[in-house]
Amino acid sequence: MEILPYAVLGGLLGLDVVSFPQAMLSRPVVAATIAGAFAGSALHGLLLGAIVELFALEMLAVGASRYPEWGSASVVGGGIFAAGAVEHPLAPMLAISVAATLLVAWVGGWSMYGLRKLNGVRARRALPALERGDENAVSRLQLTSLTMDLLRGAMLAGLGIAALAPFAARVAEAGNVSTTVYLVTVWGLALAAAVSAFWGIIRGTTGAAWWLLGGLGVGVLLVVSQ
Amino acid sequence: MTASASKPASESAPSVSLPATTWAAIYLRSLAVQGSWSYELLLGPGIGFCVEPALRHLPGGRGGDAYRQALARQTRYFNTHPYLATLAIGALARAELDHVDPIQLERFRTAMCGPLGSVGDRLVWARWLPLCSSVALLAFALGATPGAVLLIFLALYNVGHFGLRAWGLRAGWRSGLRMAEALGAAPLRQGPVYLARIVAFVGGLALPLLLAGSVGPARFPLAATVLVALAIGATLVRIQGRVEGWRVALIALAGLALYSVLR
Repeated sequence: MEILPYAVLGGLLGLDVVSFPQAMLSRPVVAATIAGAFAGSALHGLLLGAIVELFALEMLAVGASRYPEWGSASVVGGGIFAAGAVEHPLAPMLAISVAATLLVAWVGGWSMYGLRKLNGVRARRALPALERGDENAVSRLQLTSLTMDLLRGAMLAGLGIAALAPFAARVAEAGNVSTTVYLVTVWGLALAAAVSAFWGIIRGTTGAAWWLLGGLGVGVLLVVSQ
Repeated sequence: MTASASKPASESAPSVSLPATTWAAIYLRSLAVQGSWSYELLLGPGIGFCVEPALRHLPGGRGGDAYRQALARQTRYFNTHPYLATLAIGALARAELDHVDPIQLERFRTAMCGPLGSVGDRLVWARWLPLCSSVALLAFALGATPGAVLLIFLALYNVGHFGLRAWGLRAGWRSGLRMAEALGAAPLRQGPVYLARIVAFVGGLALPLLLAGSVGPARFPLAATVLVALAIGATLVRIQGRVEGWRVALIALAGLALYSVLR
């Protein structure tokens, strides 16, 4: 796999998570699909993105809290899965790519925390100029931080692909567990996270539980009738 | 800014009007309002960065005393939801150009952080985003192409996103220090309740279709997946806030990978 395109994509989509423009290009369902298209199969990227999206539903990107960075991580996962699904067994590749995405998202959360600390150090240094109302200091602080966030995402995606793509392929080839076990584990965990997320949403809203049950009922009927 | 020029509050039409290019600059900058987010000043410098084009219209112009004092005020500690930050930006720009007393302005600035943050978090992160994600997942489950899924998600989400930012800027500018009235608008108060019901329905609809489409029609894996999901999901609900599903999944999948290789 060529690393540079994924690093650039990871930088841009990592930037979207918080810094600019927060248009949710960084959501797993988007980022993994685009990365999948880079690797030659948008559909495989979308499959991985849909699974990771179920995990992401549970997490709120609320202000000062530390949360997984899904943008660059989904680029890594989508790229690894779409590139590997052609040559390696699909189910283990899916499970390992999801694990790789979650791992990079976790590291990405820490990298954002580190960047915010660094922004704080730079803001403290710039404080006298900010207190003077120095326009250049404000713009410099903003633009440098944006650039550093772009680089953070790019490095994360580049390193993630470089470190995890060969590893994922090797594990998928060496894996000795049935396809059913992989699928049940991956989907079972993803749906469990989604159940928890929906519970958080409906809790405290009168009647919302009935709407959830109604949706589930219609969904099951559709599946049965197919 | 001189004391004699200070007014108690923005109670009528704005004292100046801003050209379209200034509004465009403020709007574009608002997309990067969290660009320099830090644990010290939070969004403070970002707010200053966004309000700055409006401050150029203060007496003395860019670099003048009034401009510099106002910019210094606006870069101080501030926290809010990034999309509803435009409501604050509009209101603060108006207050600065109306020469509101700096002490009153500072109090206003401090007071608006909490309400803006909580309304935005509830409306956007906890309702609008999950709704758009659920719609995208439903589209995928129903067989939409990857391009169509992306288009549906991004178009739907960003109609709300960019629309909310634009509305916030306009409403903040129009209401000035009476921004609480804008914040009390029915869609912001009642919206999350209705959205929660729609999210619940669409999400409920999407999950079985996703599962059947991905795991396949065979009964055993389908039933086993549902059982695993219900068992772990019930545990996650019970301990909600302490352990997230993705952490459990990371450990479980890493364990599965290790087991599959060592077996």
